[in-house]
Amino acid sequence: MVALVPIATLKDVTVKRRGNTILGPISHDLESAGFTIVLGPNGAGKTTLLNALHGVERLSDGSVTWTSPDHASYKDQAFVFQRPIMLRRTVRQNLAYPLQLLGHNKNEIETEVMDWVGRVGLNGVLDHFAPRLSGGEKQKLALARALIHKPKVLFLDEPCANLDGRSTREIETVLSEVNTAGTSVIMTTHDLGQARRLASDVVFLLNGQIHETGLAPHVFEAPKTPEAKAFFQGDIVE
Amino acid sequence: MNEIWAGLLAAFHLIVTLDGDLVEITLRSLQVSLSALVIASALALPFGTWLAIRRFRFRRATIATLNALMGLPPVVVGLIVYLLLSRSGPFGVLGLLFTPTAMIIAQVVIITPLIASITHQAMRELWAEYHDLLISLNTSNRQRVLTLIWDGRRALLTGALAGFGRAIGEVGAIMIVGGNIDNATRVLTTAIALETGKGNFALALGLGFVLIALALLVNFAIHALSRTERHGTW
Repeated sequence: MVALVPIATLKDVTVKRRGNTILGPISHDLESAGFTIVLGPNGAGKTTLLNALHGVERLSDGSVTWTSPDHASYKDQAFVFQRPIMLRRTVRQNLAYPLQLLGHNKNEIETEVMDWVGRVGLNGVLDHFAPRLSGGEKQKLALARALIHKPKVLFLDEPCANLDGRSTREIETVLSEVNTAGTSVIMTTHDLGQARRLASDVVFLLNGQIHETGLAPHVFEAPKTPEAKAFFQGDIVE
Repeated sequence: MNEIWAGLLAAFHLIVTLDGDLVEITLRSLQVSLSALVIASALALPFGTWLAIRRFRFRRATIATLNALMGLPPVVVGLIVYLLLSRSGPFGVLGLLFTPTAMIIAQVVIITPLIASITHQAMRELWAEYHDLLISLNTSNRQRVLTLIWDGRRALLTGALAGFGRAIGEVGAIMIVGGNIDNATRVLTTAIALETGKGNFALALGLGFVLIALALLVNFAIHALSRTERHGTW
């Protein structure tokens, strides 16, 4: 039986843009059972919540405190963006980049690069210019680049949006593997099927607020709120 | 019209026979302008990149000033550098006036804002593209600047070549601070002005063709670089 453990405390977390509140104020002890899926309708604040947790979003107010110091620093976290950001370099150089920043030596970098390029199936394009890859290849490269320095927490913002079934399956396989190996995953998705396949626990967001959380089977089978119930049934929720 | 044809033929002869004066003046032009380019690039590339990624109080004013400095009249730059380097000026003791070094200084002042401004434009776009990733990877400011300079190197080289184009074709400032001294500070542009004044159109045209050839070479280089950008090589 998987159990929820506290991972972060959000205190009055608020994000405003041009006077509009996009997220919060949220005060919440965030718990995870290993693979957290953040769900919610468009504009609910899923991406903003992920950005706020990772620290790439400047908070208008409040704070995020990670429970374990192992999870708190940037080098223990990694982020895969919805639109993969490719450095204008080859696939090999993109993969090597995070390790170069951390000061790894050439042999270590080469070993890790070859390992990860194999795991995500990009052997055939190792020396190709990354911005010229297909959408699926870019997302796999972004995932491998995020995982190559072995983060403790991995954030993914709709990593499979606009990908075909095969690429989605390959990415899900890698995610399940790294999650089993001990990396906590926090991921947003619009795909309820994917959420059911991967989630150990769920955070349901609505109108910038955390509306419901819990272990995935509980939340999917017996949502506490009518909004969550409607959303999981595929209804439009505003 | 006959004079022009005669001049063209004489110019062709000078170029084909590698006339001594022509070669010397051309090499001095390249030496002065390439030296200015290296120094200006060393200043402008990091500064333009830093300006693209940093937010500070007078950033907009700094960018506006930089853009305004692109239009600095070379003659005025020459005059100011002259006053600074003349015997009664603050740097007169260095004895640099009427030397290639003075010409390099003037060209650095003229092309640094141009290269910095082009760098800033190119790096601003690249920074917008890379921003989230580099923040997410917790890169230091130094790492960000180096990453942007490396990944934007084609755009930066284009900016540097534009600076070189401006430097090699500049006449007003280097005439003032260099003095157009034979075998010492005479370069392509000042020599063209002098030879035209003397009515020596053959040498003036010959020098002009070399200058045009260098300008074309720079443009071809920019074109070739943009091709490598599209093909994703180097």
